[in-house]
Amino acid sequence: MSVVEQKPASTDSVIDRTNLEASGLAYRFTWQRLRESFIQMLLFLCALLSVLTTLAIIFVLVSEAIFGIPPEKAFFQEISLSQFFLETRWAPQYSPPVFGIWPLICGTFLITIIAAIIGLPTGLLAAVYLAEYASPRVRSIAKPILELLAGVPTVVYGYFGLRIVTPYVIRPILKPAEFFGVEWLWSIPVDGFNALSGGIVVGLMIIPTVCSLSEDVLRAVPRTLREAGYALGSTKFDVCVRVVIPSALSGIIAAFLLAISRAVGETMAVTIAAGQKPTLTLNPLSQIETMTAYVVNVMSGDTPVGTIEYKSLYAVALVLFLTTLTMNLISQLVLARYREVYQ
Amino acid sequence: MNLIPPQAGFAQATTMPQPLQPPVAGQTHSSTSTATVSDHKQQKLKIETRHMNFFYGSHQALFDINLKIPERAVTALIGPSGCGKSTYLRALNRMNDIIEGTRHTGDVLLDSQDIYAPRIDVVALRKRVGMVFQKSTPFPKSIFENVAYGMRIAGIRNRSFVQETVERCLQQAALWNEVKDRLKDSAMALSGGQQQRLCIARALATNPEVLLMDEPASALDPASTARIEDLIIELKQNYTIVIVTHNMQQAARISEWTAFFCQGRLVEVGLTKQLFFKPREKETEDYITGRFG
Repeated sequence: MSVVEQKPASTDSVIDRTNLEASGLAYRFTWQRLRESFIQMLLFLCALLSVLTTLAIIFVLVSEAIFGIPPEKAFFQEISLSQFFLETRWAPQYSPPVFGIWPLICGTFLITIIAAIIGLPTGLLAAVYLAEYASPRVRSIAKPILELLAGVPTVVYGYFGLRIVTPYVIRPILKPAEFFGVEWLWSIPVDGFNALSGGIVVGLMIIPTVCSLSEDVLRAVPRTLREAGYALGSTKFDVCVRVVIPSALSGIIAAFLLAISRAVGETMAVTIAAGQKPTLTLNPLSQIETMTAYVVNVMSGDTPVGTIEYKSLYAVALVLFLTTLTMNLISQLVLARYREVYQ
Repeated sequence: MNLIPPQAGFAQATTMPQPLQPPVAGQTHSSTSTATVSDHKQQKLKIETRHMNFFYGSHQALFDINLKIPERAVTALIGPSGCGKSTYLRALNRMNDIIEGTRHTGDVLLDSQDIYAPRIDVVALRKRVGMVFQKSTPFPKSIFENVAYGMRIAGIRNRSFVQETVERCLQQAALWNEVKDRLKDSAMALSGGQQQRLCIARALATNPEVLLMDEPASALDPASTARIEDLIIELKQNYTIVIVTHNMQQAARISEWTAFFCQGRLVEVGLTKQLFFKPREKETEDYITGRFG
């Protein structure tokens, strides 16, 4: 019986290789197909543009700073690496000029640290408030206002730091003796331009970035996880700190690193508020110059093209680029690590 | 005092007692007081709702629910989707408070105390009335820290106590043997069934009196489901369990009492055996036999 039943299955159907057109499965040109490939090409070009720009920037920085296109000599062909990394003064106007990068790195570092101390916790806590505590009504008003803060031009922040933060916030606290005209109070010297005011305004500037990104990831934490927290007798604060924030940690760290990258690269605000005097110091009350401020300084001044001072800006820009690149790589590593642990 | 509803006892976990009268009454059956009691073991009442209505904004989700839930027993809530059984369950530890615009009328009593009274501490309430959800919800922490969570937020610092409790709860949840060598590993690495047992262990660690379970096994494979069911039968020795389930075989296997909800109303409630084999209401019969829902 079973043999009879299997018989039809054992006869294979013959493969027909001659009748493709009649089958209706043959490839045919249509305008729709052309449009599809056109769109694909367009999307590819858009992606390519940003990649090419990055490569072009790297090429310009490296050629001007390291290789040089003959007959022009590059910065590092005239200034030794040992001077660049071992000298502690940045003094292009001296003769001979001295190019030690550390004062500029130090200035950038100082601004970044102050901005991070001010901006990261504030931004995160604002995000926690918006995501967990605020009523929908409050959120609908507060979030656009906060994001408006991100749209304020950085020059305005710079003047805000110089004209408001330094004289009306920092001075009254550190030099109350002078400010209130009372002699027996303490008086700590504060420069008119200082890293603290620059760091504070950059900190304010990155709050919207941190807040907006963090809020998105906090709100993306599934409601079931919050409910599980509440069901165990958590208060709202317990749920925020022990459940929601740890769950959203990778996203929060990404937001932090993005904000820090912004602080490192911030230019106008620090040029105006923190000053343009390269100083190797960790004192936030003294005038400093960041790497970005130096680049602005050279570009906006009357430095002739082709001089060593002009070329030095490419070297500084290269260091800046490598710094942010390193930070981005670190953030990638951190994210990969947390993904491993939590998912 | 309304602690003692007339009903049969059911001390054994696996055998059904002979029903005399359901301990609870639907809206049309308020005749429990006329029941005769002949069993030596009387069941204490744990939770009771009286004339409870529940609203999401202007939408009424529950209508006049009168239900009594006995202590140290499993009460199953069944009914078609959207019938209000989950809403009812979540009202018992005020989980609905989290959702904007919810309100209720009527009384929800835990040990005769109205849990919606003005001075009730919701956090303390939820420690007494724990909950396990449909979707397993391990926190992104280690296995150990997941179970220790309740003690951490309670501020318990005693390390040996925390360790003992974690071990005891994992053992109660039948998970200890599988995870004892990797307590420090992330809970996210566990399988779905293990995660759900972890959530049960975590709920047990706050030492609750009542466990509310919202379809705890619906996302699990049959083997994991069977383990969870065994676990529930084990746990009812010490805990009052209210379980929402779509799986009627499951309700039949693990519960003493079953309440059938439909369209926000409590249609029928009774001993599981009775409700499944001799339902009083036509609606119940239709649902159980699969004619709708």
